Amino acid sequence: MNSDVIIIGGGLMGSSIALQLAMRGCSCSVIEKDSPGRHSSGVSAGGLRLLNRDPAEIPLSVEASKMWRDIESLLDSDCDARFPGQIRVAENKADMEKLEQRAALVRSLGYEHEEIIGKEELYQLVPAISPHCVGALINRTDGYARPYHALTAFRRKAESVGVKYYSSTEVYRVEKEGENWQIKTSQGIFNSSILVNCAGAWANKISTMLDESVPLTAKALMLMVTEKLPHFVDPVMGAASRKLSFKQMQNGSLIIGGALVAKLDFEKEKTDIDWAQLAESAETVVSFFPQLKDVRIVRAWAGIESFMPDNIPVISQSQTHDNAYHAFGFSAHGFQLSPVIGKVMSQLILDGQSELPIQPFHIGRFK
Amino acid sequence: MKSHYQLLVIGGGPAGLAAATTAAEQGVSCAVLDEQAMLGGQIYRSIETIPDQRAQKLGSEYLRGKKIAATFRESSAEYYPNTKVWSLNNEREVGILQNDQASVITADQIIVASGALERPVPFPGWTLPGVMQAGAGQILYKSAGIVPDNGVVLAGSGPLLLLLAWQYLHAGVEVKALLDVTPLANHITALPKFPRALLAHHYLTKGIGYQIELKRAGIPMLFGVSDLRAEGDDQCQRVSFKHSGKQKTIESELLLTHFGVIPHIWLTQSAGCHHQWDGSQQCWRPQHDEWGNTDIDGILVAGDGAGINGARSAEHAGRLAGFEALFALDIISQKERDSKAAKDRKWMQDERHIRPFLEKYYQIPQKLLATADDETIVCRCEEVTAGEIRQAVKDGHDNSNQVKFFTRCGMGPCQGRQCTNAVAHIVADEKDMSVEKVGHFRGRPPVAPLTLEQLASLKNKEVS
Repeated sequence: MNSDVIIIGGGLMGSSIALQLAMRGCSCSVIEKDSPGRHSSGVSAGGLRLLNRDPAEIPLSVEASKMWRDIESLLDSDCDARFPGQIRVAENKADMEKLEQRAALVRSLGYEHEEIIGKEELYQLVPAISPHCVGALINRTDGYARPYHALTAFRRKAESVGVKYYSSTEVYRVEKEGENWQIKTSQGIFNSSILVNCAGAWANKISTMLDESVPLTAKALMLMVTEKLPHFVDPVMGAASRKLSFKQMQNGSLIIGGALVAKLDFEKEKTDIDWAQLAESAETVVSFFPQLKDVRIVRAWAGIESFMPDNIPVISQSQTHDNAYHAFGFSAHGFQLSPVIGKVMSQLILDGQSELPIQPFHIGRFK
Repeated sequence: MKSHYQLLVIGGGPAGLAAATTAAEQGVSCAVLDEQAMLGGQIYRSIETIPDQRAQKLGSEYLRGKKIAATFRESSAEYYPNTKVWSLNNEREVGILQNDQASVITADQIIVASGALERPVPFPGWTLPGVMQAGAGQILYKSAGIVPDNGVVLAGSGPLLLLLAWQYLHAGVEVKALLDVTPLANHITALPKFPRALLAHHYLTKGIGYQIELKRAGIPMLFGVSDLRAEGDDQCQRVSFKHSGKQKTIESELLLTHFGVIPHIWLTQSAGCHHQWDGSQQCWRPQHDEWGNTDIDGILVAGDGAGINGARSAEHAGRLAGFEALFALDIISQKERDSKAAKDRKWMQDERHIRPFLEKYYQIPQKLLATADDETIVCRCEEVTAGEIRQAVKDGHDNSNQVKFFTRCGMGPCQGRQCTNAVAHIVADEKDMSVEKVGHFRGRPPVAPLTLEQLASLKNKEVS
């Protein structure tokens, strides 16, 4: 099977890159060891968050934010995106100082999207929140979308412009045959002139095949979801000093997360919920919203995701091989970036550089 | 309650009680965790408290439970009613909830005797008030003596339907009709299994006896019924169906349905045990050996939760799993296990002679399992119709989990228990694939819903 570009990994990033490349005339094959979006893309909490981004990510995230606003023109689907804002709540003076420093930092970088709000506005925005909170940091343009809908929309659109998907196709070896890549998989050999590694938690296996292994850690992040409730909160909620990430979805159920790590057997791809952590998370939610104490949790799950030591992704050309590229390691906050990653990577691959700054994400930074 | 036991048994029905009794007799520390308020499981519900008169009306099979319960009470096994198990993992950590307090306890051996539930089969009108599963009707009768006072139509397939009709007859309930949706062709395809069934002829005699009594009492029994529908505006008012090529209607505000039972697999699924599709029983069940060992070390299954074989067989399977647990705990040798278990193994085989015949005879038609009518709601929690599921399949979502992600079918508070099989059948039907290949929803913990406060209470408990 021959194509201009082979993308390893059929999640959101791989699909977004394939879509952009195909729109610019490349033939692309996406090879996926399970089914597209089986891991972090499919089990994401779906947050569209520009708030509290690592400074290196802000330019990309700002552009992504614009793209999400108009996602229908790109994907022919609104991905069920909503934009009620995201906030980080301060519970005391120390929290508030922390948030004020953060807002000042963002302003110093030339951005205005993160705003401090006082107690009064916080209670106007979220009347249900416990009265002990003192203020918050907010980005009013943030929101959330339905991850599986976004994934499907990216894939459908990519397929409509000629991208081919190969599921249950595991990469065994990657070799250079003259100028071309030869990729040996469980479903036969694929050939291409360009290779893109979007293998998420498995990306280090691919980069190791390219002789540039990275300090990637696979972790399984847990989420839990409750039964449906009458609508009571708009923005996506976070906290300045406690593990909280919490939103009420369109259908009324709550999704509760916040960097809670499950037990993981990576080789077997088996995750096991860590109830002690979820118990702590449940307690945190109830301390912010005491009226939720009798709400039933209907399920919890964990998805396997890639983490880099500095918690920012690798978005980079290969250092060891021509015509090889990487986009992985999104460290549990890649969902919002997905549309812009396609754009940036297609520019990097076809034009030799991207319009937005990606130097901080270079694969060589770990040496 | 201790934080660790040599043996934990989940479920207080015949399998669980027999397993615990067997193990406790050899002095191992053993506890039965039961979600119900009283022991006996579904089959022997209220067995220790039921008034004699009602117990007699429920029949001799029911009364058998008295002895099982009494022997269990004499043993040293601990019994914890109202104890919900919300988590089980492959390290044999069991998440439990008692009086709103969550905790995690552990065991060297765990026997899951989770029993069965009625197979949910969505059909037009099944979500209307006044349409219930026959099992619910039986629970009300066993536990509270409540019977329908305005007559009832019974519809579906399987021995329980017949039994309930007979029990209602004796309780003076007007049974307006018994509508059997089993295709008449089953009577012929089941014939080759009949000779073996004769080895368990007491079941056949019983079944025929019920039928004769019902017939004598003038209860209309219609076989080969199709196109079952419950109709009414906001309450069941009538039941419509096809019989012998004719469209018929019966006025009734109550329709009790029963389409056989399937194993309750959510605990074994949560533990990560391998499950397989049983084409004959038309259900998923945990893979296990003759002693009940699953593919996960120290987790055994017994009773209908391991595959549907009925109450008596469950009792034997419970004892076999009990002996196996004792062997695994080094309390008895393999030789002792084999000799102690010999009788139960024999009896269990005898009990199971009837199964292949029953499974063939009461096999539910594919059309019914795959919810032919597009308007019918399949997922009650998220209100997803059969048509929406079929559309998702047409859009390329070709396994149960993809359909779930896309349609939210199975994401509600019942955690897909009502719809997982229907979805698998619809997808299999639409793609012309095997149900095995389409798969079932991945189990998501907690196995039973917990409130945020209940989960938070785990923090105050030391996790073993």
